[in-house]
Amino acid sequence: MEHAVRDEPQGLVVSFCGDVDLENSPRAREVLLRCVAQRKDLLVDLSAVSYIDSSGVASLVEAFQASKKNGRRFALVAVNDSAMRVLQLARLDKVFTIHNTLSDGLRGGA
Amino acid sequence: MRDPAPKRVLQLRFSARASELKQVREAVRAGVEGCGCSPEATADIVLAIDEACQNVIRHAYCGECDDAIELEIERSGDRLIFSLADRAAPIDPERVRPRDLDDIRPGGLGTHFIRRVMDEVEFCRPPSGRGNLLRMVRRIS
Repeated sequence: MEHAVRDEPQGLVVSFCGDVDLENSPRAREVLLRCVAQRKDLLVDLSAVSYIDSSGVASLVEAFQASKKNGRRFALVAVNDSAMRVLQLARLDKVFTIHNTLSDGLRGGA
Repeated sequence: MRDPAPKRVLQLRFSARASELKQVREAVRAGVEGCGCSPEATADIVLAIDEACQNVIRHAYCGECDDAIELEIERSGDRLIFSLADRAAPIDPERVRPRDLDDIRPGGLGTHFIRRVMDEVEFCRPPSGRGNLLRMVRRIS
């Protein structure tokens, strides 16, 4: 799994690439919580995530809840079909704010 | 009509380590696709088996170790039968129950995924008398 963090005027954009699985999710969690600690709005780009499991989803939920606690917005962008299926199975597609594209996310805020 | 005798699709033995799971997913994907499952069903099954392996690592072995996990996939008519065995101390199935999805919190989703994807899920007595054996069945169209 690889990741990138970009500082945009609208907030931080975190992109993950590859498998966010049991092996990699501790790193994903660390990246997300480090971003949350900056107390900025957070957009998480999942377009290049090839696989996500319950441990990866747990990292997203933890960052979402921590952002909310800080009064910051948290959104997912460009969620591909396979990741969306996992969010649907967890019924989290109705909990997270999800934008179709990164530009939608940047336009709409996080 | 009775189901035909099960035919083995895949047999795998691997260490209870997170780093093993990518290869396990790839093998399961290939085996299940070879049985004619749709890409959507294949992705769901791969997720469920991955989560079941994670439960073995977390709850049966109480963390990563070099002890073995054995996975067998068999096909019997329109049923795929998944058997996941370990050599850990017997676990209490109550400890791996799915959580209430309305309780939004990190963790506890793996067992829910398994039960959503599989048509049957049961803990069985391992033939060797040691460890745990989880049997899962998914019907394929």
